[in-house]
Amino acid sequence: MKRLGPIDLVALGEGRTFDVDGERIAVFRTRDGQVFATQADCPHRGGPLADGIVGAASVICPLHARRFDLASGACRGDDCAPLKTYPIEIRDGALFLVEERAPLHLAP
Amino acid sequence: MSRKERLVVIGNGMAGARFVEELIARGGRNRYEITIFGDESTGNYNRILLSGVLAGTHTAHDIFLNPLPWYAQNGVTLHAGHRVSGIDTNLRVVHAGEVAAPYDKLVIATGSSAFVPPIEGLRRDGQLVDGAFVFRTLDDCSAIRKHAERARRAAVIGGGLLGLEAAKGLLGFGLSVHVVHLASHLMEMQLDAPAGRILARSVAAMGARVSLETATVAVRGEPVSELVFADGSSEPCDLLVIATGIRPNVDLARAAGLAVGRGITVDDGLQTSDPNVFAIGECAEHRQTMYGLVAPLWDQARVLAERFVARDASCTSYRGSKTSTKLKVAGIELAVMGERDGDEPDDEVVTYSEPARGIYKKMIVRDGKLVGAILLGDASSASTLLSAFDRADPVPEARGELLFPAVAGGGACKVEDLADDAQICNCNGVTKGAIVQAVRAGKRSLKMLCDATRAGTGCGSCKGQVEQLLAHEAGDAVTEDPSIHWYVPGVPLTKPELVAEIVARGLRSVSAVFAELAAGKEDPASKPGLASLLKTMWGSAYEDERDARFVNDRVHANIQRDGTFSVIPRIFGGVTSADELRRIADVSDKYGAKMIKITGGQRIDLLGLPKDELPNVWRDLGMPSGHAYTKAFRTCKTCVGSEFCRYGVGDSTKLGIAIEKRFQGLEAPAKVKFATAGCPRNCSEATVKDVGVVAIEGGRWEIWVGGGAGSRVRKADLLCIVDSHDEVLRISGRFLQYYREQAKWLERTYDFVERVGIEALQKIVVEDSEGIAARLDAEMQRAVDAYVDPWREAEEPVHPTQFASLIPVSSLVKKAAGGPR
Repeated sequence: MKRLGPIDLVALGEGRTFDVDGERIAVFRTRDGQVFATQADCPHRGGPLADGIVGAASVICPLHARRFDLASGACRGDDCAPLKTYPIEIRDGALFLVEERAPLHLAP
Repeated sequence: MSRKERLVVIGNGMAGARFVEELIARGGRNRYEITIFGDESTGNYNRILLSGVLAGTHTAHDIFLNPLPWYAQNGVTLHAGHRVSGIDTNLRVVHAGEVAAPYDKLVIATGSSAFVPPIEGLRRDGQLVDGAFVFRTLDDCSAIRKHAERARRAAVIGGGLLGLEAAKGLLGFGLSVHVVHLASHLMEMQLDAPAGRILARSVAAMGARVSLETATVAVRGEPVSELVFADGSSEPCDLLVIATGIRPNVDLARAAGLAVGRGITVDDGLQTSDPNVFAIGECAEHRQTMYGLVAPLWDQARVLAERFVARDASCTSYRGSKTSTKLKVAGIELAVMGERDGDEPDDEVVTYSEPARGIYKKMIVRDGKLVGAILLGDASSASTLLSAFDRADPVPEARGELLFPAVAGGGACKVEDLADDAQICNCNGVTKGAIVQAVRAGKRSLKMLCDATRAGTGCGSCKGQVEQLLAHEAGDAVTEDPSIHWYVPGVPLTKPELVAEIVARGLRSVSAVFAELAAGKEDPASKPGLASLLKTMWGSAYEDERDARFVNDRVHANIQRDGTFSVIPRIFGGVTSADELRRIADVSDKYGAKMIKITGGQRIDLLGLPKDELPNVWRDLGMPSGHAYTKAFRTCKTCVGSEFCRYGVGDSTKLGIAIEKRFQGLEAPAKVKFATAGCPRNCSEATVKDVGVVAIEGGRWEIWVGGGAGSRVRKADLLCIVDSHDEVLRISGRFLQYYREQAKWLERTYDFVERVGIEALQKIVVEDSEGIAARLDAEMQRAVDAYVDPWREAEEPVHPTQFASLIPVSSLVKKAAGGPR
């Protein structure tokens, strides 16, 4: 588990880009209380996805309006590669990236 | 949910199958167990293209809309080749031979069959004699084709649409073809007499013989060998096609005791005299009208599907269709819409006729609106006319502009004639071939087609061409996506409906609108449009949700291709000072702007600034936001004017500054650009601005509206002439407020002014014909008073990470609340 910081770092319904040990990861917080994490840059032309508009568990890239499903990373309209997604959770009001190789006993 | 309702549809043709498609698209499978009975042993095919099958340009396979596997894949039970023998409306069961299908709801879409007139020798034992055919189904097509192989002299009785199509197909087999028509001109249902005469010329030029006012009284021989006419003459004939119209299939309905007039009588809910039975398509009669064209059938299918899934069935009703069609008759282009003759005393009938080229154009204008048109031989202006007709748009004063698009500046080259690799969308690089392929893959509405190919999703100027390609490829199969009438795609309401609901329910935030008016479903693409509308409506009482804004409006700068931002400070009227320029230069040095550029609107743009520095940049500039990043009033471009210019007759810089001070930051459905010119030389290009103000001799000012020189170039229309700067501010503000209230999201003034019409705008804005001028002025004043410079957020950000481009997280810096437990 990697703690990114308090959930309020990301405004409700918006996204922010985090630098996680040199890796740029976009974190989104939807109005219905879910959080998602994906690669930060749009596969189409590198647009900053965290600056996109979020809704219905998807994000629209601010540069050329490619739309991605935040859970699966798939592009709607299939003319663009899918996003890499990362498991992310909220615990005690903070954002945690679930690292796939993290030892199990660290989980509470 | 309880048990699914059983829905039975009788008829698997254009109307029945389309209805089922529409129902499934609306999630109807969750509510209904669907069963369809079809007379023919196949899936549903496009009957309009049967002539192509006859002519050999299409195979039977090409014209299938829903092949047999489609039904199973969509969980629909199809009884193909089962003729329904009876309906028991008491027990609610449909019988088809051995099959008995109980229903909760029944839809009758039995369509029509060919009408065969009583001609001596044409029938034996109720069947057409060998060598005589009707032209209605795929089976008819193959029978005609087979017989044509050994025939030489064909005749077609009936010179309507279908008869001429059949004639064209038969000519293709190398037969001599005689079209025998009872009326005095061809296609008399759709065409007036002059058009009919020109069509007859064109049909004759193809090689068919046409006889008008000729009645066939007898058919001799088995197989057919001779025709006898009313004047006693006769001629040899070994293939006869009967195309003398259609008759609705109402026997089943009549036998079941349903009310039947000419067709099965239905109300605005498409319900028959039995509350559980509905009828659509060519067999239905609605408000004394029967429809034989495909578009009304599809309207009915859509309305009925909507009613079947709606919680409140009164939500949509069918009020009849405006009839229009665009097709090819025997290879000749034809578009007809609305009325044919124009017999009201004040009707204005505009005609153009060029018999040698087979061209005839007619337009009927009533009260400035198009109520009917015929385009024969050249339908290049059909889409323009159709949209003017459907939307009841005002017809341009120079009527010819509608009939001859090239005169109005449209391209003369037909887009369908371009090569497949020709680029249509110059923003996204989409070729004609890609668009055509998408249409063939089933994208039959303009919106679906644009979404699928991305054509037209950039500047939008190619949309007309995309629409033409769609019409050419799909013909009558083109559908209209209902969302084009909505203010935003995610809330199914037009702008007036949406505004009324927002007011009635007191909705002050974007999330409240989704919750109340879109069944709780957020649509990200609709958020900015809703945010703009709510701000315009509620002013300071609007509940601002920042996530509804595009990033530019969250950070008050314009995002660039590398994710940096551009900053354009407000320079009122383009008039600056040495002090301001020094500060701009210092800021540029300090924050490392990658480029300093004079914009098209006479402002200074600092490009390549990181998001994190924006508040510092604004603070150091000490100038207000120039709003160059948003859908709002942008700038007022000015020329020097009378203060310095030797030609100037009005002080255009002073006026420009006043305009910009008044309207700065004012939200609008799309960006709004102003210009002021100090004399008619118009150096600031005021006549291609959303609002342009031009000084004329005598201290007066012309106000021009609806101009633009972007993806579309349009010269503005003169709204009025006023006497003072104050009047300019008042009238242009009133126009702006009306535009803010009435325009669709992203509709520029050049589209808005064209849609509403300059005469109508003059009445409302200048003459106050609706008595709303005082209210518009007051609303505008309220909006002006509510203005706050967004760059003040440099001191008071709305969120702690509002301007953070990257939030660092490092495994080495786990200070705040410790690492994971």
